[in-house]
This record gives sequence, structure tokens and C-alpha cells, in this order.
Amino acid sequence: MELDWEYAFSILPTLLKGLKTALYATVVGFVIACVAGLVLALLVRVRVKVVKWVTNAFIEFVRSTPLLIQLFFLYFGLNKYFQLSAFTVGAVALGIHYSTYLAEVYRSGIDNVEKGQWEASRALNFSKGRTWTSIILPQAIPPILPIMGNYLIVVFKETPLLAGITVLEMLTRSKNILSRDWKPFEPYTMVGLIFLVLSLTMAIVFELMERRMNRRFTK
Amino acid sequence: MSTTVQEREPHAVSGGETALPIVKYNDVKKSFGDLEVLHGINLEMRPGEKIAIIGPSGSGKTTLGRMLMTLEEPTSGTIEVDGELLWHMERGGKLVRASEAHLHRMRTKIGMVFQHFNLFPHMKVIRNVTEAPRKVLGLSKEEAHERAVEMLRKVGLEDKLDVYPSKLSGGQKQRVAIARALVMRPKVMVFDEVTSALDPELVGEVLEVIKEIALEGEMAMMLITHEMDFAREVADRVIFGADGLIVEEGPPSELFENPESERLQSFLRRMN
Amino acid sequence: MNPSLWMEWAPLLWKGLVTTVQVALLSGVVALFLAVLTGICRLSKYKLIRGIAYVYVMLFRGVSLLVLLFWVYFSLPALGIEFSAISAAVLAFGLNYGAFGSEIVRSSILAVPKGQWEAALALNLTPAQRMFRIILPQAVVRMLPPINNLMIELLKATSLVSFITLADLTFQSQILRGQFFGNTIELFTIVLILYFILSSCITLVARLLERKLSAGRM
Repeated sequence: MELDWEYAFSILPTLLKGLKTALYATVVGFVIACVAGLVLALLVRVRVKVVKWVTNAFIEFVRSTPLLIQLFFLYFGLNKYFQLSAFTVGAVALGIHYSTYLAEVYRSGIDNVEKGQWEASRALNFSKGRTWTSIILPQAIPPILPIMGNYLIVVFKETPLLAGITVLEMLTRSKNILSRDWKPFEPYTMVGLIFLVLSLTMAIVFELMERRMNRRFTK
Repeated sequence: MSTTVQEREPHAVSGGETALPIVKYNDVKKSFGDLEVLHGINLEMRPGEKIAIIGPSGSGKTTLGRMLMTLEEPTSGTIEVDGELLWHMERGGKLVRASEAHLHRMRTKIGMVFQHFNLFPHMKVIRNVTEAPRKVLGLSKEEAHERAVEMLRKVGLEDKLDVYPSKLSGGQKQRVAIARALVMRPKVMVFDEVTSALDPELVGEVLEVIKEIALEGEMAMMLITHEMDFAREVADRVIFGADGLIVEEGPPSELFENPESERLQSFLRRMN
Repeated sequence: MNPSLWMEWAPLLWKGLVTTVQVALLSGVVALFLAVLTGICRLSKYKLIRGIAYVYVMLFRGVSLLVLLFWVYFSLPALGIEFSAISAAVLAFGLNYGAFGSEIVRSSILAVPKGQWEAALALNLTPAQRMFRIILPQAVVRMLPPINNLMIELLKATSLVSFITLADLTFQSQILRGQFFGNTIELFTIVLILYFILSSCITLVARLLERKLSAGRM
């Protein structure tokens, strides 16, 4: 059996609607992950032991458990009290899950800033906040941008999990098409190809970005 | 060379002028990318001969030894070991690059001790020394062990058999590395700046061991070194190389007492 | 909090847990095998072998795992290739995580100092002996921490098998959700903790291995 191109094209518009949802979820989730990840990375550095410990435990726990169950927990559990849409819960779950990964990425970026930079800021009598915003983070973040980019791809590839809480992304739509036409080959193949093409394209873009970065930083 | 040596190793032709060379470089050139580091080296070693190669860093000394150990391929020219081409084979009247099988066979005649020891960190001392005899020479466990212990005794480390290399001093590591190479009984051995990575106070013990091995006589040795006194004491012949060429060679007494070339004179002045 | 309810859930959750562990172990073995195989192939001196390994890694790192799982389980039968749910899962996870692991294996091998290769060559070890007796044992110690992370990722990914009706821990929790509407927070909290315990077991094993393998060496 071969791919029935005509049929494949006929379902493409529906799938692309799903892609749009997936991309939205990716962007919203990733932005949440970036912001929350930075907060986590900073909390880990707080001097108060309890804060440090709780933050680390949270990161460890979230990283060690499946996103799918976290989705269920938030959607079927907590959301009873909030009544948010499946899409919102899905994007938030993606964001929280990957914030724990991005926290690690930020940490490595911050650790790579030379100790002398802290000392120089202290010597110039910068406040703590000023040191972070104008000295440390501007140096810590550019080198980690390519790694952050890779997590954008990872988040994108995780969006099919939102099918588990009925978000109408590509996989849910494929399932629906399947139950209508009962042609199982084309929908999933198409979705697979869309993911492959998009994530490889993004990977190439970030790779080029990384090379350019390396050139800039080795100069 | 004494008769006792010949009894111990009957096939080793002792070093007369007429004996076939054990190593012969024929117009060997080597480039890395666009940079030619050796510009045509011709050099012979007689069986059992100890040669010291001295010269400023970057003169291609190490490359010379690494080509003999088959770690670096000559860009042009040939090297012969024990009468056979090392890097090449004849096929249809032409010289082609040697097969892996040929290189494997040739390597049984050659050994090397490295500047940075390169001991295997995941194996205890004894296994560092028995691994190759067992896996390459196919010796039984007992035979390999016996040979290894003998070698480790020779380098004064028979009490360190069950220790990991990380627990040894630099000098001890290098002595294990010497035992590891010796146990394969090569006909020629390359010592590539074996004391350069050592703390000054550990250099002596390693040089002592090498001197002892040199006195036994049957193995040809290429000593790439910065230790002038050591070269003078151990070598039958000293080669001075600079800028990818052999500038001067001769017995240590001549070379060190009456250096001819300006290059060597200034080099020796700086070394003292 | 209702411990008597937990006892009611226990048998089903236990059955699910066993399936989860089974799927994770099988996929883990396949993934590690593929990782080592293709990791070594990517360093082969033959261009073709390197190329095939590279394409494999690119392809299977690029796909979305759940889509791959659906494709193997629902689409391949249309081509006449049918898998049971568990073999579809093991195949999809093995291929996907094998590709990620391949990168770990490759970079760990490359991180072994060049002098080790040279010493092994100087002792006349064959290429296979060099790799398997000298280089790989040293690379394994470097691999363990990232492989530990990879195996935890794989364990988490096994939850996806619930989509293809394999009765793992996630699947059973979905069944229980249908019966105990009022207690979903409690239910999923317990399930999260169970997964966390499994992850911790993986980390524990990795730590023990690391300690054992690096004993005396470093």
C-alpha cells in the first residue's frame, strides 16, 4: 500500500488547524517555561535553606514524573476548582514541566559567568538586583540560547500529549478523522511528517545560531 | 655487545656495521595540513642501537617516533623495520598503503612509551601489563602474569600489582608504562619525552630504569629527550634535529664536545 | 485523604505498575543496545556506516514519540506489518531513545583522551579490542549520569502506552478516575509518587553502578 496523496491532501486542512493549536500551545508553554524556569533558577540560589530545598525538591519531582500524569492531575484534579479550558491547562502543564528543565539550563549559564564579574559588581557597589539584571543575566543568557531553542523543539514534540485531555491538536484531529474514514495510514503518517519537517527545520536553525554564537564568543 | 646477550636472544643480530638496519627512514616527509614538519629524513638504526634524538621543540622529533609506532602516517617516503616496509606494501610493482593486517604484524616489533604515560585508568597495574600479552600475543593467564611480574620487578614496582594507576606517582606510572611496553618484547622501542611530564624530583627514577634496560643491550631504543646528560650517558649516537631536518649526528662525545653547526652550538648553550 | 480508598485502588495500581516496569525494562534494553551500536557506528571509518547511523539519529530524534507510537501501532498494519501493543511500544521507545542515547555514547567515547587510543594501538590491540577493552569501559563511567537521565525520560514516556490500550500504571489510573470522580487529586498524586519512586530506583541503580565502576580509579 502506498500513501494515497489525494486523500492525504484532503485531510491536510484539518490537520493544519491542529498544527495551529499545537504551535500556540508550544509558544505559550515555552514562554511559561522560560519565565518560571528563571524564577526556579534564582530561587535555588536564595540563601534561605528551606527555599532552596523546596525548590530543588519541586524540580526533582516534576522532572521525575510523566507529563501525562501531571496533565491529568491538573486537568481532572485541580481544574475542578478553576474551570480553565483544556488548552490553557495543557499549555500551563507544558510550561511547568519544562520550566524545571530550563531552570537547569539557566543554572549552567549563570555558573559559567566568571566569578570576577560578581566581584567587580560588588566593587562598583551595584545593588543585588542591578547586578543580576545588567551584569550577570546579559552574560549568562546568550550562550544558552541554542539550548533553550532545543527545548522549544522538545515542547513542540510533546504537544500530542494534550490529546490526553481532549485538546484538538493534530493527533486528536487525526483520531477523529480516523473514526470517520477508517483509513489509518495517511493521517498519522502526515502528522509524523509534519513533526519531522518542522522539528528538523528548527534544529537546523538553532544549529546555525549556535555556530554563529560560538564564533562570536571565541573572538 | 656481550655474548650473554646473544645467548638470551639468539636472533638479535648484534650491532656490527654490516648488520641489516632494524629501522630505516628513506626520505620521509610529513605534513599536517599545509604545514610540512619533516622535510625528508634519512636515518638508520642498527639492531640494539640506542639513539637519542635531541632538538628544540617543534622540530618534529616526536613525529619521527610516532611514525615508527604507526600513530602517524608519513606523507611521502618509506620506513623499513627489520627489513620490511612499515607503512607500505608492494602490489603490482607499485607501493600502496599497507593493510591493517600488515601494520598489525609489523607492530609486534615496535613498542612505545609516551610522554603522558597513557596507562589504562580502569585496570590495575598488573592488568595494564598483562592485557596485551594475553589478548595480542595470546599467552595464557599464568604466562602473561609471570612475564608481567618479571617486568614490574625490573622497574621496581612488584609491590604495586593490585593498585590502580591513579594511586601512583608520576614516576611510578611511567615505570609501569615502560614495563607494559617491554613485556611485548619489541625489537625497537620509542621513548617519547618520557620525563617531560614529570616533577623534577621524579625524573631520576625513570631515567635509572631506562639506563638499566639500555645496558641489557638487545633492544634498539629511540630516545626522544630533553635530558642532555641522559642522552650522553645512554646513547650510542645522538641525532640533532631542527626545523624538520637532521642537522647533525654522531657519537655523544663528539656531538656534545665539538658541535659543528651553529644551530647545535646555540641549542647546547641554551640547554646549559 | 482516605487510606481505605487507597487499599481499594492498590490491586489495580499494582498491576499497572508491573506492566510499566516491564515496558520500561524491555524498551530500556533495546534503547541501550541501539545507543551503543549506533554510537559506535557514528565513529566508524566507513562513510556509509557513519551516514546510516547519522540518518537514524536525525530521524528518530526529530519525530514526536507519541506520533511514532501511533504510527507503528495503527498505521503500519495498513502496510501489513502488525505489532502487539507491547512490541509496538518497545520498538517505538527503543528507536527513539536509542537515537538520543547514541549521542551520549558517541560523545563519551570521544571524551576518552586520545592517548588511550594511542597506547592501545602501540600495544598492538586490534580495533575491536581497543574499543571494547580499553575505550568503552572508560566511556561507560562518563555515560552513566546522562544515561540515568535518559532512562528516567524513558520511564516517563512509558505512560504513553496507555494511549494504545496497554494497561500500565497510567492506564489503570484512568480507569480509576472513571470510578472515583471525587478523588482525582488524591489518585493522581499517588500515581505521581509511584512514578517518582520508580525514577528514584533508576537513579539508585545508576549511582551504585557508578560507584562500582569508578572504584579506585579516579
